[in-house]
Amino acid sequence: MKPSFDILIVGIGGQGTVLASNVLGEACIIENRTVRSAETHGMAQRGGSVESHIRIDGEFGSLIVPGTADLLIAFDLLEALRYRHYLPAGGKLVVNRHLVVPTSVYQQDLDVPDEESILAALSDLDVTCIDAADLAEEAGSILSQNIVMLGAASTDIPLRPETLEEAVRRCVPKKTIEVNARAFQLGREKGAGTPSE
Amino acid sequence: MAIRYLLGNEGIAHACLEANIDFASGYPGTPSSEVIDVLRVQEERLFTMEWSTNEKVAFENALAAAWCGLRALCTMKHVGLNVAADPLMTSAYTGVTGGLVVLSADDPFAHSSQNEQDTRRYAHFARLPCLDPASVQEAHDMLRDAFALSEEFSLPVIFRPTTRICHSKGDVDLGEVGTVHRTAAFHRDPKQYVVIPAHTRVLHKILNGKQPALKERLVELGYNRHTIRGSTAVVASGAAAAYVQEVLGSDVSLAIIGAYPIDEEWLRAFVDRHEKVLVLEELAPVVEEAVLQVATKTEVLGKMTGTVPYEGEFTPATVAAALDKAGIASTMVFPAAVPVQGVPPRPPILCAGCMHRPTFYAIRKVFRDGIFPSDIGCYTLGLQLGAVDTTICMGASITVGSGISRSGEERPVVSTIGDSTFLHTGMPGLLNAVYNGADMVVVILDNRITAMTGHQPNPNTGLTATGEESTPISLEAICRSCGVSWVETVDPYDLPVLLDTFRQAKERKGVRVVIAKQPCVITARRSGIRRKAYTVDPERCMGCGACRSFGCPAIAFIGKNATITELCAGCGVCADICPSGAIGMEGRR
Repeated sequence: MKPSFDILIVGIGGQGTVLASNVLGEACIIENRTVRSAETHGMAQRGGSVESHIRIDGEFGSLIVPGTADLLIAFDLLEALRYRHYLPAGGKLVVNRHLVVPTSVYQQDLDVPDEESILAALSDLDVTCIDAADLAEEAGSILSQNIVMLGAASTDIPLRPETLEEAVRRCVPKKTIEVNARAFQLGREKGAGTPSE
Repeated sequence: MAIRYLLGNEGIAHACLEANIDFASGYPGTPSSEVIDVLRVQEERLFTMEWSTNEKVAFENALAAAWCGLRALCTMKHVGLNVAADPLMTSAYTGVTGGLVVLSADDPFAHSSQNEQDTRRYAHFARLPCLDPASVQEAHDMLRDAFALSEEFSLPVIFRPTTRICHSKGDVDLGEVGTVHRTAAFHRDPKQYVVIPAHTRVLHKILNGKQPALKERLVELGYNRHTIRGSTAVVASGAAAAYVQEVLGSDVSLAIIGAYPIDEEWLRAFVDRHEKVLVLEELAPVVEEAVLQVATKTEVLGKMTGTVPYEGEFTPATVAAALDKAGIASTMVFPAAVPVQGVPPRPPILCAGCMHRPTFYAIRKVFRDGIFPSDIGCYTLGLQLGAVDTTICMGASITVGSGISRSGEERPVVSTIGDSTFLHTGMPGLLNAVYNGADMVVVILDNRITAMTGHQPNPNTGLTATGEESTPISLEAICRSCGVSWVETVDPYDLPVLLDTFRQAKERKGVRVVIAKQPCVITARRSGIRRKAYTVDPERCMGCGACRSFGCPAIAFIGKNATITELCAGCGVCADICPSGAIGMEGRR
């Protein structure tokens, strides 16, 4: 058995996967636990598909092997589909009900996948689907969707909620601390209250 | 002092502060850039630093600082070391008086690179010590101590982290930031610093003479270490050493190589005690060759036996598969996990409002049968727009273009190159093209910044690495002084003028330069520039698809009809492309 709890956060460059992973890393420091993580930098960040690996209690490498993640957090439905093989059968997915159609679809005239067909293709997993944009607006800024998602997933993460909230406060820009703290709370309440689909 | 959650490159930068560095230079390159980026935003800076114009320039500046007795760091990506290779090779002969650490970051899997070359080969080639960390903590610790090693042997030390060290994060135990700094003093010694043949022959002997003690010292320092547990062994280096510790059975011996050159006696003693040794390392078989050299009767498995892949980066699953192939038990069995097929790709793409997109669009419109050599930067993504035909290394757009032109190829040649890349190694190629009579158009994509690597300033930005104003330079004046008589500067958001400028360029002969100038849309947004978004009038959109070929991520389609999303940065170019006048600024229609 691997000793670490492995979380993969996926999305599109610019959606804030790195900040979300920073919160988890900071929470590990607060709880005095080891952590390893890996991020996408450089050219891939320009609107491309990005992934952050976070291994709570990890001691060696930073990469999660496909089929072994304990939790997948996806900021976009299509990215959930792209990375679902990181989960074992029936694994836990927390996904934003949000779909950005890649420009490649229009350029190469590919089929545009829709929300229903993607959710159907994910239905064998343990899925919690969250409308992060609504909750982020409610919290005070559409830009806090990443923290909403983290809150929604937090009940499945082996870190204390108060530690996570403190980590949110430490990691986000000063002016946005209250908005993001609210985003985390709203996400957490929604995640805990949303039955799996 | 404190445990903090840090990026590998942040840990490395902090280690430099702990080691009291006096001088730092570098040229941006993924995955190395954040080291200098962290150092340049320190509030209290007791050292001199710069973003240099290329890696050779950066290296020579740092070498000079070390010749003055300072502790100097020089950073670059692996292919940058090719540019700096000329001074590197001979710096091993001259040695240093202070401490010089050359960080050259390797990129297995070429996440953001043009090849998968291995910096350890350069260390071997130059006979310089090379440190190869297996974790973020080790990267921090090794770099902190690397300056003292450099001073002890009077040799530059090569430090080569890989992408999964530079861009991994972890809990890092940091030491105190140092406060002691050296005063530069150059002591004239032509026998060391003037490499005429008579001197260099002596220096070569001195370099070779340092090797045995160096090898021993790297074992003493604990960089090369082993644990004996059975009759089978694994020898691993870099990130592979981390992965193997996740999956290796408790009855298998393990040697971890963290530094080169490897002491042959130490390695032979380890290898000889085992019947079978598997070597696990990313990139070139450097350790494997060393093991093969010392093995007498031990079976050695690795890349050369087909047990371990030559290409790409490893994961714990790669390592477990290699162990399995070698008949060595692993503690983890990884499931065969297959990605869902047919998911539309989402490659990186030029941003909405990026100045490169209209420039490529206009080049394609005017030079329909053109050949398009390009270069290294965000604009390599112009490949998706059909406007990039070649990319090999920094600065090669102009030289490849002039080579194609002078080969007798009759179609028009249009080379594209960014401002930072032009200043890096583009200029000599332009001078050469003019001097030798090439017939070509050079388009300088001038977005005022080194964008792809994280928006570092360059001489064209007007700011230094530390934020001071620098002497303004003129790309136009540089081109003219290279002998180009036709140089036009144009705003790429103004599509009609852009098209007209390219048409004028097409009618002329010789080397013509077009400078397409507009700040990077990301830096523009950060500096507070806001442009009104555009919108499509659904009544007027005929679904012709003219804007589809523009490839902007802010343009989406519902059926055949275009719509503009919240990604719109307001460049307005699509409004000029739309033949039915359906696109206009929000609120104006």
